[in-house]
Amino acid sequence: MGLVDAQPAAGRPLMQVSDLGVTFQTSRGSVRAVSGVSFEVRESEVFALVGESGCGKSTTALAVMRLVPPPGRIDSGQVVFDGVPLLDLDEDAMARVRGKQISMIFQNPLVALNPVYRSAAQIEEALLLDQIPRDRAWKLAVGVMGDVKIPDAPERALSYPHELSGGMRQRVMTGMMISRSPRLLIADEPTTALDVTIQAQVLELLMDIRRRTKMSIMIITHDFGIVAETADRIAVMYAGGIVEQGGVLEVFEQSGHPYTRLLMRALPRLTKEEGRLETIAGHVPNLVELPSGCTFHPRCPLKRDACLIERPTVREVSPGHFVTCHYPEV
Amino acid sequence: MKLPAQLRPVLRNPQFVAGVILLLVVLFSALGADMIAPKSFEEMDIPSSLAPPSRQYPLGTDHYGRCIFSRVVYGSRIALRVGLIVVTIETVIGVSLGLLAGYYGGRVDRVISFVTDLTWALPPIVLALAIVTALGPSLNNVVIAIALVSWAGYSRLIRSKAQSLKNMPYVEAARALGESDFSIMFRYILPNTYGLIIVLATLSVPAAILSTTALSFLGLGSQPPAPDWGVILNEGIAYMHSAPWISIFPGLALVCTALGFNLLGEGLRDLLDPRMKV
Repeated sequence: MGLVDAQPAAGRPLMQVSDLGVTFQTSRGSVRAVSGVSFEVRESEVFALVGESGCGKSTTALAVMRLVPPPGRIDSGQVVFDGVPLLDLDEDAMARVRGKQISMIFQNPLVALNPVYRSAAQIEEALLLDQIPRDRAWKLAVGVMGDVKIPDAPERALSYPHELSGGMRQRVMTGMMISRSPRLLIADEPTTALDVTIQAQVLELLMDIRRRTKMSIMIITHDFGIVAETADRIAVMYAGGIVEQGGVLEVFEQSGHPYTRLLMRALPRLTKEEGRLETIAGHVPNLVELPSGCTFHPRCPLKRDACLIERPTVREVSPGHFVTCHYPEV
Repeated sequence: MKLPAQLRPVLRNPQFVAGVILLLVVLFSALGADMIAPKSFEEMDIPSSLAPPSRQYPLGTDHYGRCIFSRVVYGSRIALRVGLIVVTIETVIGVSLGLLAGYYGGRVDRVISFVTDLTWALPPIVLALAIVTALGPSLNNVVIAIALVSWAGYSRLIRSKAQSLKNMPYVEAARALGESDFSIMFRYILPNTYGLIIVLATLSVPAAILSTTALSFLGLGSQPPAPDWGVILNEGIAYMHSAPWISIFPGLALVCTALGFNLLGEGLRDLLDPRMKV
C-alpha cells in the first residue's frame, strides 16, 4: 500500500478527464470552481485528489458523475470512461453509468442513509436497480454487509441507520455503493466525519475491497496521511486547478510545485523537533476574482514577474510527474 | 418484549388516549350499527312522533316517530366513510402535486404553486357549493367537491418538506446509485414525509366531516331519509323548541367525532415529532 509498497502504477487508463471546467452562476458573478482539470484514473489503482477546502476537489468528483448541483454547470472538457465519453451521454444512459460503472461514497455517513429504511434495505434498493428479484436481493444485501465487515450482518441488516454507529453507517453506505460492483469508486472525504480509530478501519476496508475486486478507487481528501497510506498516484488541487500530479513517491519526495512543498511542510511530524507548525501565508483566493497569471502567486514565496502575468503550463518534470508552475523545482 | 416501553409515551399522552377512546366509540357504533341500534333508521312510528327520550326510544323520536338513537348510530357510518374517502382523495392529489413541485422546482413548481394558491384562496364551502350545484345534490358529489377544494394544505406542506429533503445527502447518494427521479421522489423522499402526512390526514378528517355535514344540512348532500347527521339536524330545526333532542344528539355525535380526530391528530403529532411541541 502507498508509500510502503507502492506498486508501479502500470494499469491501463480506466477514466480520462481532460480540460474539465465547472462554473457556478451566482448573483455575485460566475464562480469558476474547476478549470482545465485533466487527470486519469487507471485500472485497480488508488488515485488521490488532495487539496484545501473549497479548492474544487469535490466538485470535480461530482462533475465526473454529472451530479454538479445547480446553478453549477460543466462548461468544458470531457470525461472518457472505458472509451465512453460521459459528457455526451443522455440523462438515462448516464443514470445507468452511475452505481453500475462509477459509484460514490459521500462525506457524511451520518446523513447519507435514508432514515426510514433498515440498513440492508438500502443496499437492496441498489441491487433492485439491476432487476434482481426482491427475495434474492435481500439475501445478497445481507451478504454485502458481511463483505464490508459488519459484524452480525444478519442481525444488523434489520437495524435502522439511527441505531448504528458512524463507522457502521459508513460501512453500510460503502456496501450500498459497491453492491453493483462498479469499476470506479469515488470516495469523497470518506473518513472526515469519523474518529481516528474508525478512520483507519474504513481505509482498511477500502483497501481490502480494492484487493478483492480490483476496483479503482478515487479518494478525495485533505489529509496527506491518508494519501500516504493508500494512494498509488496523487493530484494536488489549488483554486480549481491541478498544480501537481504523479506517483505518490515522486510527489512526496520530489515535490515540484511550491504549494505542494508548503503543504508537506505544514504537516505535523513526530520525528522532528519543532516549536510551531508551519503554515502557508495568505488564504485561498476568491474564485469569483481569481488572481492573474498563476493562481498561487499571491501566496508563493518564490514568485517572479512572469507568475503575475502568465498562466503556467503543465510540464512533465519526470515521466508521469506533472507540475503546473513556471519554475518547477526538481 | 419491548412493547411496554414503547407504549409508555403513548399512554402518557392524555390527548392521544382521549382521542382514541372517542374514536373507538364512533368506530364501534359504525361497525356494529345493526346490533346496537334498536330500530332501523327509517322505521316510522307515527303515534309516538316527537316523543322525548324514554326507555323505548333512548334519545327520543322525530316528527315521523323514527328512533333518533338508531339514526345517529347509523349516521356514524356515513360520517366515517365520508371522512376517510375525502381525506384519501385530498392526500393523493395534494401529496403528488406537492412532491412534484418541491422536487422539480422551477417551472413545474411555479405552475403547481399557482394552482395551489388559487385553490387555497377560495372559501372551500362556497366552492364546494358551486361544484355541487353544477353536479347536482348527492353525497358522492359533495365528497368529490370537498376533496377537490381542500388538497391545497397538503400540497404546500409536502412541497416545502420535499424541498428540504431533496438536498439531503441520502438523496444525493441515491442519484449516485443511478436511481431515477421517479424512484427518488416516491421511495426516498415520500417515505420520509409519512409522519407528516399521517398527522395532517388525521387532523383533516374532522374538517371533511364537518364540511359534508354542512352541505347535507343545506340539502345539497345526503337526501332524506338517509340518517346523515346533517340531514337529521336540518329536520330538527323546525322542532327546536318542542323537541330539541332531534338536533342536540346528532350535533353531539358530530362534536365527539371531530374532537376525537383532533385529539388523536395532536397526540400523534406530539408522539411522532416531539420537537414540534411548543
